[in-house]
Amino acid sequence: MSYVAIADRDHEQEHHDPQTFITKYIWSQDHKVIAVQYGITAIFVGLIALSLSAMMRLQLGFPDEFTFINPENYYQFITMHGMIMVIYLLTALFLGGFGNYLIPLMCGSRDMVFPYLNMLSYWVYLLSVIILVVSFFVPGGSTGAGWTLYPPQAIMQGTPGIDLGIILMLVSLAVFIVAFTMGGLNYVTTVLQARCKGMTLMRMPLSVWGIFTATVLGLLAFPALLVSAIMMLLDKTLLTSFFMPAISSMGADPGYTGGSPILFQHLFWFFGHPEVYIVALPAFGIVSDLLSTHARKNIFGYRMMVWAIIAIGGLSFVVWAHHMYVSGMNPYFGFFFATTTLIIAVPTAVKVYNWVLTLWEGNIHLRVPMLFSIGFIFTFIHGGLTGLFLGNVTIDLPLSDTYFVVAHFHMVMGVSPILVVFGAIYHWWPKITGKMYNETLGKWHFWMTFLGTYAIYLPMHYLGFAGVPRRYFAMGNTEFLPESAQDLNAVITMSALFVALTQILFFVNMIWSLWKGPKSDPNPWDATTLEWQTPDHPPKHGNWGHDLPVVHRWAYDYSVPGYDDDFIPQNVPAGKAPAGRGHGGEH
Amino acid sequence: MSEAVLDSGAEAPGKQALVEDWSRDKQVFGVPWGKAMMWIFLLSDTFIFSCFLVGYMMVRISTTDPWPNPSEVFALEAFGYPVPLLLIAIMTFVLITSSGTMALAVNMGYRKDRKKTFWLMVATAALGATFVGMQAFEWTKLIMEGVRPWGNPFGAAQFGSSFFMITGFHGMHVSAGVIYLLVVAFRVRNGFYEKRGGNYEIVEIAGLYWHFVDLVWVFIFAFFYLW
Repeated sequence: MSYVAIADRDHEQEHHDPQTFITKYIWSQDHKVIAVQYGITAIFVGLIALSLSAMMRLQLGFPDEFTFINPENYYQFITMHGMIMVIYLLTALFLGGFGNYLIPLMCGSRDMVFPYLNMLSYWVYLLSVIILVVSFFVPGGSTGAGWTLYPPQAIMQGTPGIDLGIILMLVSLAVFIVAFTMGGLNYVTTVLQARCKGMTLMRMPLSVWGIFTATVLGLLAFPALLVSAIMMLLDKTLLTSFFMPAISSMGADPGYTGGSPILFQHLFWFFGHPEVYIVALPAFGIVSDLLSTHARKNIFGYRMMVWAIIAIGGLSFVVWAHHMYVSGMNPYFGFFFATTTLIIAVPTAVKVYNWVLTLWEGNIHLRVPMLFSIGFIFTFIHGGLTGLFLGNVTIDLPLSDTYFVVAHFHMVMGVSPILVVFGAIYHWWPKITGKMYNETLGKWHFWMTFLGTYAIYLPMHYLGFAGVPRRYFAMGNTEFLPESAQDLNAVITMSALFVALTQILFFVNMIWSLWKGPKSDPNPWDATTLEWQTPDHPPKHGNWGHDLPVVHRWAYDYSVPGYDDDFIPQNVPAGKAPAGRGHGGEH
Repeated sequence: MSEAVLDSGAEAPGKQALVEDWSRDKQVFGVPWGKAMMWIFLLSDTFIFSCFLVGYMMVRISTTDPWPNPSEVFALEAFGYPVPLLLIAIMTFVLITSSGTMALAVNMGYRKDRKKTFWLMVATAALGATFVGMQAFEWTKLIMEGVRPWGNPFGAAQFGSSFFMITGFHGMHVSAGVIYLLVVAFRVRNGFYEKRGGNYEIVEIAGLYWHFVDLVWVFIFAFFYLW
């Protein structure tokens, strides 16, 4: 049975352009508007999380100076900072924001396959954010269980926010998962089923590959979080004992019997580890495109890069218990998970080598997106190498729950993806808004952020080796710690405040650009991918005007010998320009 | 490169066909968007139910109290004798029958026989509603016997917790499916899809969901009632 591709029925489809302000910018079904809505909301909650981290650093750097931070608040700050940054900022920004904006434009589609569902996805996400923010203001405050929400303490007396805080947290997560599922189904189906003519999977830009694979991971990993959230809600509200063992609390018997706290850890990390790659894979993809475009060179080993993304995605489902070496699980179990964890280093290293080899002998333009991309390579190698330490059981045991771990994951899944987020915003800003930003201010923003984050996280590795435990409100009489540890903490705090304030530069730059920035060229970076070839700039509803684009080559025809320009857009026919070195998409 | 090869989607045997599907432009699977999306959703939903069932197995293994004997707890009195799993057997039969009527509805949908499609879908929904009704009866009976999410007179507290959580979540899926089927059925009858090019793929998409819910029940039945 031959089936006519729906993209071929394009002329049959109705394109109702939105008329009023409300349908255009608020209840919009246009993927580009939804992307911006996702982006703004995510950055807004991200700023809340940033200010929470500033408060934590104030306490750690200058204990007892700030009386408005008490231990209960401190734990609430930790919890909400982690949860917001990982889920409500990074996941939402990469998939809801960049995924929504880039997938249809890069694949040559008119929109996501189900725009109405896509719109619902954003509004349900906003609802989850509102529930989350409300939990700050309920009696008892937000939960202070740590972002991992480990039972039994997450719902036991003594943890802040055990009344409404934890309930709202779990409900908010469940709502977020519903929102993500609606969006994620759209992204996956769009990539698989709605590409334009000539756009094979092996011609897709790596950004799309990264976002696509991350979305698949999300669709398979978030169910575990949903289930653990439901079970914990039942443990909290109906006194079931899924996760709660027989336990006495403050001398009283809360009525739990025989549950398994380790079950929660397994479910949580079955979600939690793929979550790391849900955040990392879009960053890998985007940074590949940024490096290639600004080095005017094809990405090195495109096919290897695609398979590495898929391999990392697959492996990320069989490594989760490396977060649980200290949970008391069977040591042989730990051996298995250490092995799978270290195997991930292979495809990851392939990617890093390929990024570096892409830069090798390239015509490097040190523009702002490129600076952030190169910065990413540094921080990612750095965080990746400490991951090798922590992946080994014997080294993890002493380092677990110290600042070494904090330094590791902030380097690898905090700073690295955020640098890519900034790089990507600077890169696609002209396409999204049609305006240019101030290059010099952008460079200041990069250098201050990059060096500042190193000033924060490099010393933390040392603190970790010295044995400073993480998540402590104050150190008290810990005689094994040298006094200099406190001095280091003060320096880290000052760096953290410096980096936080530096972000003002970014917002000033972007607001200035919107207000007074010069109009940008439709393709200011001379990029090859389809989103820069739209007939309108910035692209309008429906993206492609009357005719869908036709793709004739891969996304990396830069500096092809024998051609006048140093780039050949994907929609230039094969007869009009030579194919590049990669012969992309040739089978 | 020849563009023609990319577009043909020609039938080829085995592995070659797989490679050709995945190396095509525009789309990997020769199915409508909605159907592809439903398959992906069901894959995701599979993970939800797997997590529920694995969680249930783990609490069942790790609890120290004895697990109630399902043959006794789920027995019904018939003709003066307790018959194990009587109600569950009937419920399973009803649900599997509904999958049969659904399959017929899909067939009638592709034949554009709107009347038969409508009635077969209504029959499917009615069987689904019967299933949920019997589940409500089962819940009521167990609650009357003192089974609660936080404990029960027969043994481990996790029995009631897992039972209400897993069958409740599945029952919600069935109820949502009944509503979904009815909406599609009435749209089939009033000609909604005629205005959209006479395309009845949606019947099959609803059917996929329904068969999935049925399949999940088989696993719940095996792991909860037969173990």
